[in-house]
Amino acid sequence: MLKIHNVSKAFKNNDKSVNVLENINLFVEKQEILSLVGQSGCGKSTLLRIISGLEKASSGHVKLYDEIITKPSSSIAMVFQDPRLMPWLNVFDNIKLSILNDNKETQKFKINNTLKKVGLENAGDLWPRQLSGGMAQRVAIARALVQEPKVLLLDEPFSALDSFTKTNLHEHVKDLWSSLKITIVMVTHDINEATGMSDRILVLQKPVKNKISKNEIIKINQPRSSYKNDEYNELIKNCIFKTNNIQTAAFI
Amino acid sequence: MYLILKNINLKLQDKFPKYLSCNLIYQLSHNIIGIVLPIIIIIIWYLLTITETVRNNLLPPPQEVIDELLNLSSDGTLFSHILITLSRVFYGFVFGAVVATILGVITGVSPTLRSFFDPTIQALKAVPSLAWVPLFILWFGIFEDSKIALISVGVFFPIYLNLMMGIRQIDKKMIEVAHINNLNYFQTVRWVLLPGIIPEWVTGLRSGLALGWMFVIAAELMGASEGLGYLMIDGQMTGRPALIIGALILFAIIGKITDEILYISAKPFLKWKVSLNTMQEEENNA
Repeated sequence: MLKIHNVSKAFKNNDKSVNVLENINLFVEKQEILSLVGQSGCGKSTLLRIISGLEKASSGHVKLYDEIITKPSSSIAMVFQDPRLMPWLNVFDNIKLSILNDNKETQKFKINNTLKKVGLENAGDLWPRQLSGGMAQRVAIARALVQEPKVLLLDEPFSALDSFTKTNLHEHVKDLWSSLKITIVMVTHDINEATGMSDRILVLQKPVKNKISKNEIIKINQPRSSYKNDEYNELIKNCIFKTNNIQTAAFI
Repeated sequence: MYLILKNINLKLQDKFPKYLSCNLIYQLSHNIIGIVLPIIIIIIWYLLTITETVRNNLLPPPQEVIDELLNLSSDGTLFSHILITLSRVFYGFVFGAVVATILGVITGVSPTLRSFFDPTIQALKAVPSLAWVPLFILWFGIFEDSKIALISVGVFFPIYLNLMMGIRQIDKKMIEVAHINNLNYFQTVRWVLLPGIIPEWVTGLRSGLALGWMFVIAAELMGASEGLGYLMIDGQMTGRPALIIGALILFAIIGKITDEILYISAKPFLKWKVSLNTMQEEENNA
Protein backbone atom coordinates (compact mmCIF):
# COMPACT_ATOMS: atom_id res chain seq x y z
CA MET A 1 0.00 0.00 0.00
CA LEU A 2 2.92 2.36 0.76
CA LYS A 3 5.53 2.49 -1.97
CA ILE A 4 8.83 4.27 -1.47
CA HIS A 5 10.43 4.67 -4.87
CA ASN A 6 14.07 5.73 -5.33
CA VAL A 7 13.87 8.26 -2.51
CA SER A 8 16.99 10.35 -1.91
CA LYS A 9 17.41 13.31 0.37
CA ALA A 10 20.28 15.79 0.62
CA PHE A 11 20.52 18.71 3.03
CA LYS A 12 22.52 21.81 2.30
CA ASN A 13 25.00 22.74 5.00
CA ASN A 14 27.27 25.77 4.42
CA ASP A 15 26.97 25.41 0.63
CA LYS A 16 27.87 21.73 0.92
CA SER A 17 25.33 19.10 0.07
CA VAL A 18 25.09 16.26 2.61
CA ASN A 19 23.34 13.09 1.48
CA VAL A 20 21.15 11.60 4.15
CA LEU A 21 19.20 9.07 2.09
CA GLU A 22 20.20 7.49 -1.18
CA ASN A 23 17.85 5.61 -3.51
CA ILE A 24 15.61 3.99 -0.94
CA ASN A 25 13.13 1.54 -2.41
CA LEU A 26 10.61 -0.20 -0.24
CA PHE A 27 7.09 -1.53 -0.29
CA VAL A 28 5.12 -1.58 2.94
CA GLU A 29 2.24 -4.05 3.03
CA LYS A 30 -1.19 -3.26 4.38
CA GLN A 31 -1.46 -3.93 8.15
CA GLU A 32 2.26 -4.48 8.43
CA ILE A 33 4.50 -3.14 11.20
CA LEU A 34 7.80 -2.04 9.73
CA SER A 35 10.63 -0.71 11.87
CA LEU A 36 13.44 1.51 10.68
CA VAL A 37 16.68 1.03 12.61
CA GLY A 38 20.24 2.21 12.09
CA GLN A 39 22.94 4.37 13.56
CA SER A 40 22.31 8.03 14.37
CA GLY A 41 22.29 10.18 11.26
CA CYS A 42 21.44 7.36 8.86
CA GLY A 43 18.22 9.10 7.83
CA LYS A 44 15.55 7.06 9.67
CA SER A 45 13.58 10.07 10.89
CA THR A 46 14.09 11.88 7.57
CA LEU A 47 12.57 8.94 5.70
CA LEU A 48 9.64 8.96 8.12
CA ARG A 49 9.15 12.70 7.63
CA ILE A 50 9.20 12.24 3.85
CA ILE A 51 6.53 9.54 4.17
CA SER A 52 4.45 11.89 6.35
CA GLY A 53 4.69 14.72 3.82
CA LEU A 54 6.44 17.04 6.30
CA GLU A 55 9.66 16.85 4.28
CA LYS A 56 10.14 16.74 0.51
CA ALA A 57 12.43 14.16 -1.08
CA SER A 58 15.29 15.55 -3.20
CA SER A 59 14.44 12.88 -5.75
CA GLY A 60 12.05 9.94 -5.94
CA HIS A 61 8.63 9.78 -4.36
CA VAL A 62 6.40 8.01 -1.86
CA LYS A 63 3.00 6.70 -2.94
CA LEU A 64 0.09 5.76 -0.73
CA TYR A 65 -1.86 3.37 -2.94
CA ASP A 66 -1.60 5.26 -6.24
CA GLU A 67 -1.34 8.75 -4.87
CA ILE A 68 2.02 10.51 -4.55
CA ILE A 69 2.45 12.12 -1.11
CA THR A 70 3.32 15.79 -1.43
CA LYS A 71 1.97 17.14 1.87
CA PRO A 72 0.53 15.81 5.16
CA SER A 73 -2.88 14.20 4.81
CA SER A 74 -5.42 12.64 7.16
CA SER A 75 -4.55 9.18 5.76
CA ILE A 76 -1.15 9.34 7.44
CA ALA A 77 -0.79 10.21 11.13
CA MET A 78 2.44 10.70 13.03
CA VAL A 79 3.52 10.42 16.66
CA PHE A 80 6.79 12.14 17.53
CA GLN A 81 9.50 11.28 20.05
CA ASP A 82 8.09 13.87 22.48
CA PRO A 83 4.29 13.98 22.79
CA ARG A 84 4.12 17.56 21.45
CA LEU A 85 0.86 18.33 23.19
CA MET A 86 -0.22 21.95 23.10
CA PRO A 87 0.23 23.03 26.74
CA TRP A 88 -2.64 25.53 26.43
CA LEU A 89 -5.19 22.88 25.40
CA ASN A 90 -6.57 20.19 27.67
CA VAL A 91 -6.38 16.54 26.62
CA PHE A 92 -9.78 16.64 24.86
CA ASP A 93 -8.88 19.72 22.78
CA ASN A 94 -5.42 18.38 21.99
CA ILE A 95 -7.02 15.33 20.40
CA LYS A 96 -9.64 17.52 18.73
CA LEU A 97 -6.85 19.25 16.76
CA SER A 98 -6.74 16.43 14.21
CA ILE A 99 -10.50 16.42 13.56
CA LEU A 100 -11.31 20.15 13.64
CA ASN A 101 -13.37 19.93 10.48
CA ASP A 102 -15.82 17.37 11.92
CA ASN A 103 -18.98 18.60 13.62
CA LYS A 104 -19.08 18.88 17.42
CA GLU A 105 -21.12 15.73 18.02
CA THR A 106 -18.84 13.61 15.83
CA GLN A 107 -15.77 15.12 17.50
CA LYS A 108 -17.10 14.30 20.96
CA PHE A 109 -18.01 10.75 19.98
CA LYS A 110 -14.67 10.07 18.25
CA ILE A 111 -12.55 11.61 21.00
CA ASN A 112 -14.30 9.78 23.84
CA ASN A 113 -14.06 6.57 21.87
CA THR A 114 -10.33 7.04 21.20
CA LEU A 115 -9.63 8.05 24.81
CA LYS A 116 -11.25 4.77 25.85
CA LYS A 117 -9.07 2.86 23.39
CA VAL A 118 -5.87 4.32 24.85
CA GLY A 119 -7.11 3.81 28.41
CA LEU A 120 -7.56 7.47 29.32
CA GLU A 121 -11.36 7.73 29.40
CA ASN A 122 -11.38 10.08 32.42
CA ALA A 123 -8.48 12.29 31.42
CA GLY A 124 -10.21 14.58 28.90
CA ASP A 125 -10.22 17.60 31.21
CA LEU A 126 -6.61 17.32 32.33
CA TRP A 127 -3.88 19.75 31.23
CA PRO A 128 -0.76 18.29 29.58
CA ARG A 129 1.33 19.39 32.58
CA GLN A 130 -0.78 17.11 34.79
CA LEU A 131 0.06 14.00 32.74
CA SER A 132 2.88 11.51 33.25
CA GLY A 133 5.23 10.80 30.32
CA GLY A 134 3.37 7.60 29.42
CA MET A 135 -0.05 9.28 29.63
CA ALA A 136 1.12 12.19 27.47
CA GLN A 137 2.44 9.78 24.83
CA ARG A 138 -0.88 7.90 24.88
CA VAL A 139 -2.68 11.21 24.28
CA ALA A 140 -0.35 11.81 21.32
CA ILE A 141 -1.23 8.35 20.01
CA ALA A 142 -4.94 9.10 20.54
CA ARG A 143 -4.54 12.36 18.59
CA ALA A 144 -3.01 10.38 15.73
CA LEU A 145 -5.61 7.59 15.81
CA VAL A 146 -8.73 9.76 16.15
CA GLN A 147 -8.50 10.76 12.48
CA GLU A 148 -8.66 7.06 11.54
CA PRO A 149 -5.48 7.01 9.46
CA LYS A 150 -4.44 4.24 7.09
CA VAL A 151 -0.79 4.58 8.12
CA LEU A 152 0.58 5.43 11.56
CA LEU A 153 4.13 6.74 11.68
CA LEU A 154 5.94 6.47 15.01
CA ASP A 155 9.18 8.45 15.39
CA GLU A 156 10.88 6.88 18.43
CA PRO A 157 7.74 7.43 20.50
CA PHE A 158 8.86 5.28 23.42
CA SER A 159 12.48 6.40 23.72
CA ALA A 160 11.93 8.92 26.51
CA LEU A 161 9.90 6.53 28.67
CA ASP A 162 10.95 4.27 31.52
CA SER A 163 11.10 0.55 30.73
CA PHE A 164 7.89 -0.30 32.62
CA THR A 165 5.83 2.34 30.79
CA LYS A 166 7.56 1.42 27.53
CA THR A 167 6.61 -2.28 27.79
CA ASN A 168 3.08 -1.29 28.70
CA LEU A 169 2.78 1.01 25.68
CA HIS A 170 4.27 -1.62 23.33
CA GLU A 171 1.43 -3.95 24.26
CA HIS A 172 -1.06 -1.13 23.92
CA VAL A 173 0.13 -0.16 20.43
CA LYS A 174 0.08 -3.80 19.32
CA ASP A 175 -3.50 -4.18 20.61
CA LEU A 176 -4.54 -1.01 18.79
CA TRP A 177 -2.80 -2.19 15.62
CA SER A 178 -4.59 -5.54 15.63
CA SER A 179 -8.00 -4.01 16.43
CA LEU A 180 -7.77 -1.04 14.04
CA LYS A 181 -5.98 -2.94 11.26
CA ILE A 182 -3.66 -0.10 10.34
CA THR A 183 -0.15 -0.05 8.89
CA ILE A 184 2.63 1.12 11.20
CA VAL A 185 6.07 2.43 10.24
CA MET A 186 8.22 2.99 13.31
CA VAL A 187 11.65 4.50 13.84
CA THR A 188 13.49 3.11 16.83
CA HIS A 189 16.95 2.89 18.35
CA ASP A 190 15.90 -0.04 20.48
CA ILE A 191 16.60 -3.33 18.70
CA ASN A 192 14.50 -5.30 21.20
CA GLU A 193 11.60 -2.99 20.49
CA ALA A 194 12.03 -3.47 16.74
CA THR A 195 12.18 -7.27 16.93
CA GLY A 196 9.40 -7.43 19.50
CA MET A 197 6.92 -5.36 17.54
CA SER A 198 7.70 -5.57 13.83
CA ASP A 199 6.92 -7.84 10.93
CA ARG A 200 9.93 -6.52 9.06
CA ILE A 201 12.91 -4.36 9.97
CA LEU A 202 14.74 -2.05 7.59
CA VAL A 203 18.33 -1.49 8.67
CA LEU A 204 19.48 1.79 7.14
CA GLN A 205 23.13 2.61 6.49
CA LYS A 206 24.61 6.10 6.33
CA PRO A 207 25.32 6.99 2.69
CA VAL A 208 29.07 7.06 2.08
CA LYS A 209 30.53 9.08 -0.80
CA ASN A 210 31.33 7.05 -3.93
CA LYS A 211 30.05 3.90 -2.30
CA ILE A 212 26.73 2.15 -2.72
CA SER A 213 25.23 1.75 0.74
CA LYS A 214 23.46 -1.51 1.39
CA ASN A 215 20.27 -1.18 3.35
CA GLU A 216 19.06 -4.52 4.60
CA ILE A 217 15.60 -5.73 5.34
CA ILE A 218 14.94 -8.45 7.86
CA LYS A 219 11.71 -10.38 8.01
CA ILE A 220 10.68 -11.49 11.46
CA ASN A 221 9.01 -14.89 11.38
CA GLN A 222 5.74 -15.07 13.25
CA PRO A 223 4.86 -16.01 15.92
CA ARG A 224 7.82 -14.50 17.76
CA SER A 225 9.65 -16.26 20.54
CA SER A 226 12.14 -14.78 22.97
CA TYR A 227 14.74 -17.29 21.75
CA LYS A 228 14.30 -16.15 18.16
CA ASN A 229 14.26 -12.49 19.25
CA ASP A 230 17.81 -12.93 20.56
CA GLU A 231 18.89 -14.31 17.18
CA TYR A 232 17.25 -11.42 15.38
CA ASN A 233 18.88 -8.94 17.73
CA GLU A 234 22.30 -10.35 16.88
CA LEU A 235 21.51 -10.24 13.20
CA ILE A 236 20.37 -6.60 13.33
CA LYS A 237 23.45 -5.58 15.32
CA ASN A 238 25.58 -7.25 12.67
CA CYS A 239 23.69 -5.42 9.96
CA ILE A 240 24.12 -2.07 11.68
CA PHE A 241 27.79 -2.42 12.58
CA LYS A 242 28.75 -4.70 9.67
CA THR A 243 30.61 -7.10 11.94
CA ASN A 244 29.68 -10.28 10.08
CA ASN A 245 28.58 -11.36 6.65
CA ILE A 246 24.86 -11.21 6.47
CA GLN A 247 23.29 -14.23 4.96
CA THR A 248 19.69 -14.21 6.06
CA ALA A 249 18.99 -10.56 5.39
CA ALA A 250 17.79 -9.49 2.01
CA PHE A 251 19.57 -6.57 0.39
CA ILE A 252 17.44 -3.85 -1.07
CA MET B 1 -3.26 6.47 38.87
CA TYR B 2 -4.18 10.16 39.05
CA LEU B 3 -7.73 9.16 40.04
CA ILE B 4 -6.42 7.04 42.87
CA LEU B 5 -4.23 9.89 44.10
CA LYS B 6 -7.13 12.33 43.84
CA ASN B 7 -9.37 9.98 45.85
CA ILE B 8 -6.73 9.54 48.54
CA ASN B 9 -6.40 13.30 48.73
CA LEU B 10 -10.18 13.75 49.07
CA LYS B 11 -10.35 11.09 51.77
CA LEU B 12 -7.55 12.79 53.68
CA GLN B 13 -9.44 16.06 53.53
CA ASP B 14 -12.62 14.39 54.84
CA LYS B 15 -10.71 13.02 57.78
CA PHE B 16 -8.73 16.18 58.47
CA PRO B 17 -11.02 19.16 57.71
CA LYS B 18 -8.56 21.41 59.56
CA TYR B 19 -6.41 21.22 56.38
CA LEU B 20 -9.05 23.38 54.72
CA SER B 21 -8.93 26.03 57.42
CA CYS B 22 -5.12 25.94 57.20
CA ASN B 23 -5.42 26.70 53.47
CA LEU B 24 -7.82 29.57 54.16
CA ILE B 25 -5.42 31.04 56.72
CA TYR B 26 -2.56 30.61 54.25
CA GLN B 27 -4.49 32.43 51.49
CA LEU B 28 -5.58 35.24 53.81
CA SER B 29 -2.07 35.70 55.20
CA HIS B 30 -0.72 35.66 51.65
CA ASN B 31 -3.06 38.55 50.73
CA ILE B 32 -2.52 40.48 53.96
CA ILE B 33 1.27 40.35 53.76
CA GLY B 34 1.15 42.70 50.74
CA ILE B 35 -0.10 45.61 52.82
CA VAL B 36 2.53 45.23 55.55
CA LEU B 37 5.17 47.29 53.70
CA PRO B 38 2.84 50.26 52.97
CA ILE B 39 1.85 50.27 56.67
CA ILE B 40 5.53 50.31 57.70
CA ILE B 41 6.18 53.20 55.27
CA ILE B 42 3.19 55.15 56.71
CA ILE B 43 4.46 54.54 60.26
CA ILE B 44 7.97 55.76 59.34
CA TRP B 45 6.43 58.72 57.50
CA TYR B 46 4.30 59.54 60.56
CA LEU B 47 7.31 59.29 62.92
CA LEU B 48 9.43 61.50 60.64
CA THR B 49 6.77 64.21 60.61
CA ILE B 50 5.73 64.01 64.26
CA THR B 51 9.35 64.30 65.41
CA GLU B 52 9.88 67.03 62.79
CA THR B 53 12.93 65.20 61.43
CA VAL B 54 11.67 66.43 58.05
CA ARG B 55 10.02 69.85 57.89
CA ASN B 56 6.21 69.67 57.53
CA ASN B 57 6.17 72.12 54.60
CA LEU B 58 8.21 69.53 52.66
CA LEU B 59 6.64 66.37 54.04
CA PRO B 60 3.26 66.90 55.70
CA PRO B 61 1.99 64.27 58.18
CA PRO B 62 -0.30 61.49 56.79
CA GLN B 63 -3.34 63.02 58.49
CA GLU B 64 -2.87 66.27 56.57
CA VAL B 65 -2.79 64.35 53.26
CA ILE B 66 -5.99 62.48 54.21
CA ASP B 67 -7.65 65.78 55.20
CA GLU B 68 -6.63 67.35 51.87
CA LEU B 69 -8.13 64.44 49.92
CA LEU B 70 -11.31 64.38 52.05
CA ASN B 71 -11.68 68.09 51.56
CA LEU B 72 -11.41 67.69 47.79
CA SER B 73 -13.80 64.77 47.70
CA SER B 74 -16.48 66.49 49.82
CA ASP B 75 -17.73 68.48 46.80
CA GLY B 76 -17.00 65.72 44.28
CA THR B 77 -13.98 67.52 42.74
CA LEU B 78 -11.60 64.67 43.54
CA PHE B 79 -13.80 62.09 41.78
CA SER B 80 -14.07 64.19 38.64
CA HIS B 81 -10.25 64.51 38.59
CA ILE B 82 -9.90 60.73 39.08
CA LEU B 83 -12.51 60.04 36.39
CA ILE B 84 -10.88 62.25 33.80
CA THR B 85 -7.45 60.65 34.42
CA LEU B 86 -9.01 57.19 34.29
CA SER B 87 -10.80 57.95 31.03
CA ARG B 88 -7.54 59.24 29.45
CA VAL B 89 -5.68 56.10 30.51
CA PHE B 90 -8.58 53.93 29.33
CA TYR B 91 -8.84 55.41 25.83
CA GLY B 92 -5.06 55.67 25.44
CA PHE B 93 -4.65 52.08 26.60
CA VAL B 94 -7.40 50.69 24.36
CA PHE B 95 -6.17 52.57 21.29
CA GLY B 96 -2.48 51.73 21.89
CA ALA B 97 -3.25 48.09 22.72
CA VAL B 98 -5.42 47.53 19.62
CA VAL B 99 -2.82 49.01 17.22
CA ALA B 100 0.05 47.17 19.01
CA THR B 101 -1.84 43.87 18.93
CA ILE B 102 -2.61 44.12 15.22
CA LEU B 103 0.96 45.12 14.31
CA GLY B 104 2.47 42.62 16.76
CA VAL B 105 0.48 39.75 15.25
CA ILE B 106 1.14 40.59 11.60
CA THR B 107 4.87 41.23 12.11
CA GLY B 108 5.15 38.09 14.23
CA VAL B 109 3.40 35.91 11.65
CA SER B 110 4.83 37.35 8.42
CA PRO B 111 8.62 37.75 7.96
CA THR B 112 8.03 40.12 5.02
CA LEU B 113 5.80 42.45 7.05
CA ARG B 114 8.28 42.20 9.94
CA SER B 115 11.09 43.36 7.65
CA PHE B 116 8.83 46.19 6.50
CA PHE B 117 7.51 47.47 9.86
CA ASP B 118 9.91 46.39 12.59
CA PRO B 119 13.02 48.53 11.86
CA THR B 120 10.90 51.72 11.87
CA ILE B 121 9.03 50.72 15.03
CA GLN B 122 12.30 49.82 16.79
CA ALA B 123 13.73 53.23 15.82
CA LEU B 124 10.63 55.05 17.09
CA LYS B 125 10.89 53.11 20.37
CA ALA B 126 14.14 54.97 21.07
CA VAL B 127 12.39 58.38 20.92
CA PRO B 128 11.84 59.70 24.50
CA SER B 129 8.19 60.09 25.46
CA LEU B 130 8.37 63.84 26.07
CA ALA B 131 9.81 64.37 22.58
CA TRP B 132 6.38 63.50 21.17
CA VAL B 133 4.63 66.27 23.15
CA PRO B 134 5.27 69.27 20.84
CA LEU B 135 4.32 67.27 17.77
CA PHE B 136 1.11 65.90 19.29
CA ILE B 137 0.08 69.36 20.53
CA LEU B 138 0.66 70.68 17.01
CA TRP B 139 -1.27 67.84 15.42
CA PHE B 140 -4.07 67.24 17.91
CA GLY B 141 -4.28 70.50 19.89
CA ILE B 142 -3.89 70.91 23.64
CA PHE B 143 -7.06 69.09 24.66
CA GLU B 144 -7.86 65.40 25.05
CA ASP B 145 -6.66 64.00 21.72
CA SER B 146 -2.98 64.88 22.22
CA LYS B 147 -3.01 63.38 25.73
CA ILE B 148 -4.65 60.16 24.55
CA ALA B 149 -2.18 59.96 21.64
CA LEU B 150 0.78 60.32 24.04
CA ILE B 151 -0.58 57.61 26.37
CA SER B 152 -1.18 55.33 23.35
CA VAL B 153 2.46 55.70 22.33
CA GLY B 154 3.56 54.61 25.81
CA VAL B 155 1.17 51.66 25.81
CA PHE B 156 2.07 50.58 22.27
CA PHE B 157 5.72 49.51 22.52
CA PRO B 158 5.72 46.88 25.29
CA ILE B 159 2.60 45.21 23.86
CA TYR B 160 3.95 45.21 20.30
CA LEU B 161 7.39 43.87 21.32
CA ASN B 162 6.08 41.16 23.64
CA LEU B 163 3.56 39.95 21.09
CA MET B 164 5.92 39.96 18.13
CA MET B 165 8.66 38.15 20.08
CA GLY B 166 6.09 35.76 21.58
CA ILE B 167 4.88 34.68 18.13
CA ARG B 168 8.44 34.33 16.80
CA GLN B 169 9.40 32.16 19.75
CA ILE B 170 6.51 29.71 19.36
CA ASP B 171 8.05 26.24 19.25
CA LYS B 172 8.49 25.08 15.63
CA LYS B 173 7.48 21.61 16.79
CA MET B 174 3.98 22.91 17.60
CA ILE B 175 3.65 24.32 14.09
CA GLU B 176 4.70 20.92 12.77
CA VAL B 177 1.93 19.29 14.82
CA ALA B 178 -0.49 21.72 13.16
CA HIS B 179 0.86 20.72 9.72
CA ILE B 180 0.73 16.99 10.34
CA ASN B 181 -2.86 17.37 11.56
CA ASN B 182 -3.80 19.31 8.41
CA LEU B 183 -4.75 22.55 10.13
CA ASN B 184 -5.23 25.37 7.65
CA TYR B 185 -3.68 28.83 8.15
CA PHE B 186 -6.57 30.25 10.19
CA GLN B 187 -6.89 27.11 12.30
CA THR B 188 -3.15 27.28 13.04
CA VAL B 189 -3.48 30.90 14.14
CA ARG B 190 -6.62 30.15 16.21
CA TRP B 191 -5.45 26.94 17.92
CA VAL B 192 -1.67 27.25 18.03
CA LEU B 193 -0.37 30.79 17.63
CA LEU B 194 -2.90 32.89 19.53
CA PRO B 195 -3.31 30.72 22.64
CA GLY B 196 0.45 30.15 22.71
CA ILE B 197 1.24 33.86 22.90
CA ILE B 198 -1.38 34.84 25.51
CA PRO B 199 1.19 34.87 28.37
CA GLU B 200 3.47 37.23 26.41
CA TRP B 201 0.48 39.35 25.39
CA VAL B 202 -0.72 39.66 28.98
CA THR B 203 2.80 40.61 30.11
CA GLY B 204 2.84 43.23 27.33
CA LEU B 205 -0.61 44.54 28.35
CA ARG B 206 0.43 44.84 31.99
CA SER B 207 3.69 46.63 31.10
CA GLY B 208 1.73 48.80 28.64
CA LEU B 209 -0.80 49.72 31.31
CA ALA B 210 1.98 50.64 33.74
CA LEU B 211 3.55 52.86 31.07
CA GLY B 212 0.08 54.27 30.33
CA TRP B 213 -0.06 55.49 33.95
CA MET B 214 3.42 57.01 33.62
CA PHE B 215 2.51 58.74 30.37
CA VAL B 216 -0.77 60.12 31.72
CA ILE B 217 1.24 62.13 34.24
CA ALA B 218 3.46 63.45 31.44
CA ALA B 219 0.31 64.23 29.42
CA GLU B 220 -1.41 66.03 32.31
CA LEU B 221 1.73 67.92 33.28
CA MET B 222 1.96 69.33 29.76
CA GLY B 223 -1.12 71.45 30.22
CA ALA B 224 -4.32 70.09 31.67
CA SER B 225 -7.03 71.76 33.71
CA GLU B 226 -8.33 68.51 35.18
CA GLY B 227 -6.92 65.18 36.29
CA LEU B 228 -4.62 63.82 38.98
CA GLY B 229 -1.55 65.19 37.14
CA TYR B 230 -3.16 68.61 37.16
CA LEU B 231 -3.72 68.29 40.94
CA MET B 232 0.00 67.70 41.37
CA ILE B 233 0.87 70.81 39.34
CA ASP B 234 -1.77 72.72 41.31
CA GLY B 235 -0.21 71.50 44.58
CA GLN B 236 3.22 72.62 43.39
CA MET B 237 1.96 76.08 42.31
CA THR B 238 -0.01 76.72 45.51
CA GLY B 239 2.60 75.20 47.85
CA ARG B 240 0.44 72.30 49.03
CA PRO B 241 2.71 69.23 49.37
CA ALA B 242 -0.21 67.31 50.93
CA LEU B 243 -2.06 67.58 47.61
CA ILE B 244 0.99 66.38 45.62
CA ILE B 245 1.49 63.39 47.94
CA GLY B 246 -2.27 62.66 47.95
CA ALA B 247 -2.33 62.59 44.11
CA LEU B 248 0.78 60.39 44.10
CA ILE B 249 -0.87 57.91 46.47
CA LEU B 250 -4.04 57.89 44.34
CA PHE B 251 -1.98 57.18 41.22
CA ALA B 252 -0.36 54.23 43.00
CA ILE B 253 -3.65 52.83 44.32
CA ILE B 254 -5.61 53.22 41.07
CA GLY B 255 -2.66 51.90 39.03
CA LYS B 256 -2.47 48.83 41.24
CA ILE B 257 -6.24 48.25 41.05
CA THR B 258 -6.30 48.48 37.23
CA ASP B 259 -3.31 46.11 36.99
CA GLU B 260 -5.06 43.67 39.32
CA ILE B 261 -8.26 43.84 37.20
CA LEU B 262 -6.21 43.06 34.08
CA TYR B 263 -4.41 40.19 35.80
CA ILE B 264 -7.64 38.66 37.16
CA SER B 265 -9.37 38.98 33.75
CA ALA B 266 -6.45 37.19 32.07
CA LYS B 267 -6.16 34.44 34.68
CA PRO B 268 -8.72 32.03 33.11
CA PHE B 269 -6.67 32.06 29.88
CA LEU B 270 -3.46 31.23 31.72
CA LYS B 271 -4.69 28.21 33.67
CA TRP B 272 -2.47 25.93 31.59
CA LYS B 273 0.72 27.81 32.44
CA VAL B 274 2.93 26.06 34.96
CA SER B 275 4.26 28.49 37.49
CA LEU B 276 5.05 28.43 41.15
CA ASN B 277 1.76 30.27 41.76
CA THR B 278 -0.27 27.68 39.82
CA MET B 279 1.33 24.86 41.76
CA GLN B 280 0.64 26.57 45.08
CA GLU B 281 -2.96 27.29 44.08
CA GLU B 282 -3.48 23.69 42.99
CA GLU B 283 -2.02 22.45 46.25
CA ASN B 284 -4.38 24.75 48.15
CA ASN B 285 -7.42 23.72 46.10
CA ALA B 286 -6.63 20.00 46.24
